[in-house]
Amino acid sequence: MANAPAALSSAPAKSDGPILKMTGVSKRFPGVRALENVHLEVGQSEIHALLGENGAGKSTLLKILSGAHSADTGEIELFGQPAAFATPHDAQRAGIVTIYQEFTLAPDMTIAENVFIGREPGSRLFISWRRLADDTRAITDKIGLRRDPMTLVRDLSVAEQQLVEIARALSMRSRLIVMDEPTSALSEAEVANLVRIIMTLKAEGLSIIFVTHRLEEVFRLCDRYTVLRDGHYVASGRVADTNVEAIIRMMVGRDVGALYGQRPIPEHGPVALEVEGLTRRRNARDPNAIELVNVSLRAHKGEILGLAGLVGAGRTETARAIFGADPFDHGTIRVDGKPVAFNGPHDAMLHGIGLVPEDRKKQALFLRLAIRTNITIAAHNQISRGWFIDEGRENALVDEFRKLLSIRMASADQLAGLLSGGNQQKVVLARWLALRPKILIVDEPTRGIDIGSKVEVHNLLIEMAKSGIAVIVISSEPEILAVSDRIVTMREGRVTGEIARDNATQEILMSMMTAHESGGPASAAA
Amino acid sequence: MSEARLEAAEDRGVDIFGFVARFAPTLFLIVLMLLFAIMQPRFLSEINLFNVMRQVSITGLLAVGMTFVILTAGIDLSVGSLLAFAGLVAAAVAKGGMENRFTVGEGGVGYGWFAAAMAAIAVGLACGWLQGLAITRLKVPPFVVTLGGMSAFRGAALLFAAGGPISGFQPSFTWWGQGKIGPVPIPVIIFLVAAFIAHIVLRYTRYGRQVYAVGGNPEAARLSGLNVNRVIASVYVIMGFFAGLGAFVLAARLNSAEAVAGTGYELTVIASVVIGGTSLFGGSGTIFGTVIGSILIGVLLNGLVLMNVSSYIQQIIIGVIIVLAVAFDTFAKSRRRKV
Repeated sequence: MANAPAALSSAPAKSDGPILKMTGVSKRFPGVRALENVHLEVGQSEIHALLGENGAGKSTLLKILSGAHSADTGEIELFGQPAAFATPHDAQRAGIVTIYQEFTLAPDMTIAENVFIGREPGSRLFISWRRLADDTRAITDKIGLRRDPMTLVRDLSVAEQQLVEIARALSMRSRLIVMDEPTSALSEAEVANLVRIIMTLKAEGLSIIFVTHRLEEVFRLCDRYTVLRDGHYVASGRVADTNVEAIIRMMVGRDVGALYGQRPIPEHGPVALEVEGLTRRRNARDPNAIELVNVSLRAHKGEILGLAGLVGAGRTETARAIFGADPFDHGTIRVDGKPVAFNGPHDAMLHGIGLVPEDRKKQALFLRLAIRTNITIAAHNQISRGWFIDEGRENALVDEFRKLLSIRMASADQLAGLLSGGNQQKVVLARWLALRPKILIVDEPTRGIDIGSKVEVHNLLIEMAKSGIAVIVISSEPEILAVSDRIVTMREGRVTGEIARDNATQEILMSMMTAHESGGPASAAA
Repeated sequence: MSEARLEAAEDRGVDIFGFVARFAPTLFLIVLMLLFAIMQPRFLSEINLFNVMRQVSITGLLAVGMTFVILTAGIDLSVGSLLAFAGLVAAAVAKGGMENRFTVGEGGVGYGWFAAAMAAIAVGLACGWLQGLAITRLKVPPFVVTLGGMSAFRGAALLFAAGGPISGFQPSFTWWGQGKIGPVPIPVIIFLVAAFIAHIVLRYTRYGRQVYAVGGNPEAARLSGLNVNRVIASVYVIMGFFAGLGAFVLAARLNSAEAVAGTGYELTVIASVVIGGTSLFGGSGTIFGTVIGSILIGVLLNGLVLMNVSSYIQQIIIGVIIVLAVAFDTFAKSRRRKV
């Protein structure tokens, strides 16, 4: 199956072989092996689904393809010719354009300027605005973007902005368009429109690499697929020859439970945190924010509650709202049964709530400051005498958590930015454990850290729960099945279900995460 | 592989670029002093060295305050204007009003040096607080707020003094700028004591830690429960304090205050801080570095004067050095990020 020849459509083809062939691609980042001997073949007029869980290596592969990263080893062949892209510009010139989840448009420029940015028609000095508008309209009409080319991108919807990205790709005469989760922010109608456009492009002989978490789209749209897992190539083949269950098995692979051994679900204590009807609407100040609709959940003392969902499901937003980091419109939060209202993270901390944020480097660490500062920054009350920090107490605190979490560091004065990802995460966990929280929310606690550290972090979370903390884990990785005692799933800002660990499998979870409404697990297939 | 070796070195906690960055200004200062000493023997005379230090003391005081601001990744362009404004207020208080602005104070006229100093500091604190408020509440970038302050405080100074100087103070006032303890000029003592206190605050207090944290990563600081806005506003208040104190010392030294005092000081002050190794990106830097940076600029200017280099060329040199210092900081930062 892995070596099946590319299925080519009937469109006029220059050659019979694949237009893109990546062989033996490996890429290592410090401390992480992101890709190991990965293959990818895409034929002409083919819509190719690139599948895998978060962290499987899809993004790294796409970045190598688009020239943003360079591969350590491996070959790329484009139209049968060896190719190597040092910069995204090289890749674009060769006909590969990547549309990322985060658009790269300039919001205060017009559609036309964005489409032809850097390639505006006209003389050397002056832009010919009329030609710019005409050329843009010729492309936008084709893909059903009915807007004046002189409209500012800022005034477009997310779906329309995506069409501008596609128009830009077409204007570069690209042969292969890479779309990274193009449907994650779209409504059903907008997805239908996008599907129609993609089919038009396919009919014109373009090839598309399509990354998505929504498997129903794969079966609706794609010709072939390639599955990656943990940076390795797993399989590829014709979509028509497989089914949802088989693909999920390929993506998930191992039996996750076996990695941690069986652990009985603990008797949980009283409710520590109760969230009821949490709602946050989109507003003018933050039009791209993810909405939360009537989110309710409970976390018990001594229990690990998993919060599962796809990217953009609203899990992080829920956590931040609970922690007082973001405002919300409606809803009640109760800590130990008493309603609370937080005016910022500081208030939440006073009530014993902690949050280990999603992005370790951007939201949690002070990379250029010493490890000691990173560990004790939130615990100044414990280690100070008056205005002064008591170094003795500080050292004792740092030492306690260095041992408890086995943080590997040369000295507490070392800069946090020089630690490995796993040790950095332990430093952040130490910061919160030092506050002896009653409720600790950890958002993607093992993202980008090696497998050994992952297991250590998981065991830590389990220990925390044992000590009576109500732990809430947000994760897009299969770990959530192993670590959580109970799992609540979300999709598009809503809670879609709840399941105990003993009843949960990756397949059930996946279908709950992609379910349209609360209730029993729906099939992920269209 | 050199890359691998570097990585290994960093695993052991050796921060090569941090090490170089910490001692580069001191080394540069020593080299510069040796150079001037060889080329111009007068440079090393006691009189000249104290002269350099006295000249450094005013901008040095401001640079100590500026260090707090830049540590939070902010900037304060208004220091020169605020210095002039606060100096005039101090002078007016010392003279007991605007009527006898040119007389030499005698007997019961005026309110004495202490009231004058407090008035200057109060003006500095108030103006700094206003700017801090604009930055944190109105969300206007520090560059813009203090650019506005630069113009507004200069205007206030001109308005207050009706364009003219206020001069002639009592000896108890001028002692703070012209006096000496042993061979050491008072302004130098004030500068070094202030720097020492600031060093203690930044290095050993919880507030100091918070300044570094807010500058290093404001979002992480907020999610760690710090009141980021309060810390940011506070550094402009501290800057205002030092501007007020500096204004008092300057007026005492010159026995006069005028609305054009401190013109262009912002550049010298920011240069002192940056050359001293404080990152314009925030979160890294020391008062020790700032003291060295201030002295370095003082020595450079003094040496150039002794060697009869035109003051125009001096300005060019300062400009080039500030750009090089920031380039070094950016380089060191990008080198680290690769780890």
